[in-house]
Amino acid sequence: MRNLKLIIVREYLARVRNKTFMIMTFVSPIIMVGMVVLIAYLSNLNSDDNKVVAVYDENSTFFEEFSSDENISYLDFSEMSKEAAMDTVEQRDYYGLLYFPRSNDYQYLAEHTEFFANKAPGISFISDIESKISSVLTVKELQKRGVDPNAISEAKKKVNLQIENFSGEETSKLSNYVKMFFGGAAGYLLMMFIIIYGNMVMRSVIEEKTNRIIEIIISSVKPLQLMIGKILGTSFAGITQFVIWIVFGGILLFVITSIFGIDVYQSSPVNAQLDAGSQDEIRKLLVDIVNLPLAKIICCFLIYFIGGYFLYSSVYAAIGAAVDNETDTQQFMFPIIIPLMLGIYVGFFSVIDNPHGLVSTIFSYIPLTSPVVMLMRIPFGVAWWEILISMLILIGTIFLLIWVAAKIYRVGILMYGKKPTYKELYRWLKY
Amino acid sequence: MQNLLVAKNVSKNYGDFKALNKLSIEIPKQSIFGILGPNGAGKTTFIRIVNQITMPDEGEIFLDGEPLKQEHIQYIGYLPEERGLYKSMKVGEQVLYLAQLKGLSKKEATKRLKYWFEKLEIGDWWDKKIQELSKGMAQKIQFIVTVLHEPKLLIFDEPFSGFDPVNANLIRDEILNLRDQGATILFSTHRMESVEELCDYMALIHKSNKLLDGKVSEIKKQFKSNTYQVGIEVAQEEVFLQLLKEKFEVEPTFFHSIHQDLQLNIKIEPHFSQNDLLSFLMSHGKINHFVEVIPSVNDIFIKTIQSHA
Repeated sequence: MRNLKLIIVREYLARVRNKTFMIMTFVSPIIMVGMVVLIAYLSNLNSDDNKVVAVYDENSTFFEEFSSDENISYLDFSEMSKEAAMDTVEQRDYYGLLYFPRSNDYQYLAEHTEFFANKAPGISFISDIESKISSVLTVKELQKRGVDPNAISEAKKKVNLQIENFSGEETSKLSNYVKMFFGGAAGYLLMMFIIIYGNMVMRSVIEEKTNRIIEIIISSVKPLQLMIGKILGTSFAGITQFVIWIVFGGILLFVITSIFGIDVYQSSPVNAQLDAGSQDEIRKLLVDIVNLPLAKIICCFLIYFIGGYFLYSSVYAAIGAAVDNETDTQQFMFPIIIPLMLGIYVGFFSVIDNPHGLVSTIFSYIPLTSPVVMLMRIPFGVAWWEILISMLILIGTIFLLIWVAAKIYRVGILMYGKKPTYKELYRWLKY
Repeated sequence: MQNLLVAKNVSKNYGDFKALNKLSIEIPKQSIFGILGPNGAGKTTFIRIVNQITMPDEGEIFLDGEPLKQEHIQYIGYLPEERGLYKSMKVGEQVLYLAQLKGLSKKEATKRLKYWFEKLEIGDWWDKKIQELSKGMAQKIQFIVTVLHEPKLLIFDEPFSGFDPVNANLIRDEILNLRDQGATILFSTHRMESVEELCDYMALIHKSNKLLDGKVSEIKKQFKSNTYQVGIEVAQEEVFLQLLKEKFEVEPTFFHSIHQDLQLNIKIEPHFSQNDLLSFLMSHGKINHFVEVIPSVNDIFIKTIQSHA
């Protein structure tokens, strides 16, 4: 135990004192916050852009229906000749010219109204204009047929389905977004952690091998001890880095947004929905968050996070031991990257679509994908026994994989020169 | 004399490859024991087994009478053939870390390290990183790491390969010094001169088998061929040679001499003594040089391996 502690401390210090590590720790939050601020700034900039659209209506009946708003200003050019209108638009560099041909057949107009522009207009602009024209034409058509458009709009019923669980609590429809956010964030965080710090474990194994210090170390400690110390020391360094990222990044974001007065939260989809929703919706959402099995989520998050990290980093350590330099690691990366990617994709497509479907369920049992997939499923409510089975499979696999990795590690760290094949790795298990 | 390290029938296989085949060795206390053998003979495998880096498939090893166990690592100092240090770690910190892994307390390790730094006059290296040191300097640190915990058994795998001549000398002197202070030294090499120079005992391993072992002086006695190197001045060389060849096996040889003499290697049959040869020679000429030919370790090595081929 004393040696394990020594190894953990050394590995931790070696990681933390590394220059690249220090730079990454403090520069990453700056870059991230910079990106967020930049995106917020750019989207503000974009929406400020006012488009001027000229309307040329040969019937002189539609212009009054087009009221300018903050995005688009409409000018009435119907007084000019069509050619003059087009020239003016081009000269003044307006966004475009909307042209209604002479006709009182609204169906004809619906098909033959034209928009002239030098630059192809954006998709959202086109659909905006289309729906505007469509509603104008519909109202006119209704009036023509002697129907009161107000009666129609009054007759329309907007449905807002109230979702309740069987114990009678009302839930917000937004709660799925919240669950998705919780699960997705947890799964994604785990994947990032595994890739970043698993790689670090691997590099540190390779470093010991190329420095040729490994034989001196393992004449003092057991290879398994060294491997576990390495994994733990690196993970503590990782946690340190994550905490600094969150704290430093949070402070930075707060300071910058308050200095520049940028509303970063404006563009998030949940908020947009919230604006539309009523007070009642917000209340329900809060109830939902409180009602999320938070204790369960946190508990499972810790277990799957630690389990998943141990599972993968032992594989990383074995890969590091099997090769002499980092370029040789590529061929062994597949067993790590494929299940991780699979976990994330299954999580983002299958779980969100149907959290308790067959695919999601199976992948939340398979040990290589279960940490990611199960973490995403849990906010949607997973039975205890399901979690238990999945965890037992995971823990069993961890022990098996650490055993295999330790075997490869033990043999690999003393092998120099040639790049081993999978077949040779298998043979090492029997040494 | 009591033995510090005893190996009994130690075998190790890597898949189908037999790295060691029933090796038995006894290493007496306070001796310098050389394991000889060509590359790939199994020397490093044996050393790794003693260091508990690899486990033997069969056989037992005893250190100081006890079966080898994990706690014994603190009594063993190991300088592997493939050696190095953490490049980006500071010298002092690194040596302390490695010494603590060997069971020393941080305080004790610091004290001893200061002593060694003074002894080798490298006090100002404490806060330097290994990558700032020259190779020779790093080798000195490496040596300190090996001996700092004052092990009973010191194991050097090819200690002279990779060391520059100055450091090689330093190591040779320290090896003798440590032996005199009570340590037992096991070293493996394929360089015969170093065995000649240093070892009290030796074992010869070839293709995973031990071919011979024992005290170096006794092995030499065993391998001597009753051959004498002679420098003699005679009047009629051809007549003399003819007479000589009737009684003994004769081969020409060469050594440095200030005389114009006939230089010969003369082998005598067991039923003659060297006095018989001497009296024969005396009756024919003036003897300038008469010495027994003692086989070098190199000769023994080659001869043994050839006889087993």
